[in-house]
This record gives sequence, structure tokens and C-alpha cells, in this order.
Amino acid sequence: MRWILAIAAAAFTVASYADVGQIKSVRGTVHIEREGQQLAAAPGMGVRQSDVLVTGADGAVGVTFADNSLLSAGPKSVLAIDRYSFDSTTHAGQFDASLRQGTLAVVSGKIVKQTPGAMRVRTPASIMGVRGTEFVVQVDEPAK
Amino acid sequence: MLIGAIMALILAFHQPLPPPPPIAAAEPEKALPPPVSPAPEPEPQPEPEPAKAEPKRANASPELVVVLPSADGHVGMVVVERDGERVVLNEAYASSRIAGTSGPQLVRLPEPQVRAAFTPALVALPARPMSFQLYFLRGTDELTDESRAELGRMLSELRQRPAPDILVVGHTDSLGQEEKNDALSLQRAQRVKAALVSQGVAAARVRAAGRGEREPLVPTADGVDEPRNRRVEISVR
Repeated sequence: MRWILAIAAAAFTVASYADVGQIKSVRGTVHIEREGQQLAAAPGMGVRQSDVLVTGADGAVGVTFADNSLLSAGPKSVLAIDRYSFDSTTHAGQFDASLRQGTLAVVSGKIVKQTPGAMRVRTPASIMGVRGTEFVVQVDEPAK
Repeated sequence: MLIGAIMALILAFHQPLPPPPPIAAAEPEKALPPPVSPAPEPEPQPEPEPAKAEPKRANASPELVVVLPSADGHVGMVVVERDGERVVLNEAYASSRIAGTSGPQLVRLPEPQVRAAFTPALVALPARPMSFQLYFLRGTDELTDESRAELGRMLSELRQRPAPDILVVGHTDSLGQEEKNDALSLQRAQRVKAALVSQGVAAARVRAAGRGEREPLVPTADGVDEPRNRRVEISVR
């Protein structure tokens, strides 16, 4: 019994450690690239640091993060969650994401409220420091 | 603990690497021409190389950043930087464009154009996190009549969300013993959870916890009958 509880506790800890956000909306084709695998995205699925969200030509996805940051990507987008940390007691944290192509909408959350600039969004040509609150980013497909 | 240590390490290692973006209050004067300048110039400043200079886009694909007003009209701030050249976006629909080898260029786009370009992403934004408070009859886990109605409103909000996360935290006033209040606060939270589950909310998506009399909404002396403290607070996202 104690053994089972220990395993359950460990599993819970791992899950809550790894997930930094959760997929809330999915349209069309969306998958998560994680450790070399492609996982079909669905509402309720956890999002982790180092995940890359990829949407198809008909796809869109929305994610709510632990600090209540909201991110969504439109069609033909590649969005990487490079780094995410959040202390729910102090609200200190760091959020780095990259939009490699496509469209992104952001509503920043408690991390930025606590520490303006603690969220950064990179694109192929630039870096954004986020001091609040709502903005959108578009990166055209590379010319062939 | 471990996470904290890792975070501290990561922070310690990463702070020095990118020259810490001193995006702060220092720059705006130089980066923000429009506020005090000749008023009517909403059009993108025709720069030496207008939009037709497509062949010059050798290095970067075109990029666009636009700051939006939030529902309450508040406008935040985003600083866009390319290799040390930066612009500050702090007005509704203030935008930055990058193309080819250019630095970020300040432009102002009409709202409909922005909405159209970003509709699929904006539609996919998750519903905003919300919070609710429900109140109880003294010494019980029975909701007041007003809070029963509020519970109904909350359920209809929950039904809009395909994968809601719900945290229910129960509280008591300071009447009675602390241990009993710990139990009562948890009982209140669990009663609300049960009500949600009976209405079709998946039990796995609801967490219930009790805080006893430790976090009064209205601070009181011990042993005070305070209806506003007999509550559960519910976070939905």
C-alpha cells in the first residue's frame, strides 16, 4: 500500500513538474514535437518546456500556462516553448518562446505582471521583451 | 526545492549570456517618436525603401508585431529588437515591421487589417481565466440562495470550455475551533466539487482544498460570525 502511494506520488510529481501549460483549443491539424516524437494535440493535453507546437494549413491551437499566460498559434505555424519557469507563490518566472513561422497571439500572465520583461518571444530576425499584455506576431514563410 | 535550485541555476547561468536586455525605461524617448510629434501621420512613414523593394529581402522573411488593447482598454508594451536596433510599441495597434536587412520599423496599422491577418490565432486564444466566490450558511456546507444561482452561472461558463481546470478552495469564518474549521472548509470545497461533477464536469478536472479560517476575506477577531468569510473561491481556466 505504502509502495503504491509512493509510486502515485512520484507519478503526480513528475506530471506536475513536466507540464507547464495545457492545450485548451485545437482546430484542424496540430501536433506537438517532443523528444523526437510527434504527438497529436488535443484539448487537455499537457505542454512542456522544449515542446514545439506545429499547426497545419487548416490548424490553430491555444494554450493556457501555469501563470495564466495565454498563447495561440494560427495556421502553418511553428512555435517553440524554449524555457518556462513559474513560482506560484512569488510569481517569479521566465518565459521564452520562439515563433519560427506563422502567427502567434499572446496575452501575458502573472510572470510579466510580477517582472515586466521576464517574457521574451524570439522570431528568426528579432527578439521581443514583453512588458504586458496583449500582442500578435507574424513571421512569413521563408522565401523559397 | 529541486525545481527552485534548477531555476536558480538556470537564471544564474543565463543572465550574463545575452546582454541583459535593458529594455527598461531608459530608451523610450529615442524609440518613441510619435507621442509628441506632428499629430496626423498615421500612415507608415514612407522610408527610402518602400514596400516594393522585395528583392532586397535577402536575410529575413517579413515579420510583423502589433500591440493590441485588452478588453478593458489597457495597452501594454512590447519592445522589438534586432541586433541592438529597437522600437517600443506602447499604443493600441502600434506595429513593428522587419523585412530583409532592415531594423524594426514603427508603423501604425488599421485595426481591421490586424484583426483580419490574425483572426485564426485570435479565435484560438483560450478563454480568460475566471474566478468565482460562493457563500455558505453558518456552520454548514449549504450554499446561500444567491450562491446557488451563481453556481448555475459558473456551470454555463464551464460548458464553454472544452478542457477546464478548476480549483476549489474552501474557507470558514473564525467561529468555532480551528480544527473543525479546517474540516468544514474542505467539506465546503468537496461539496461544490460534487455539485460540479453531478452536473457533468469531469472529476479529474476539479481539485478541492480547504484553508480553514486562515485566509479570511474580511479579517476579524477570533470567534466572529462573518458571512463573507464562509466561502469557497473557485479558479477556472
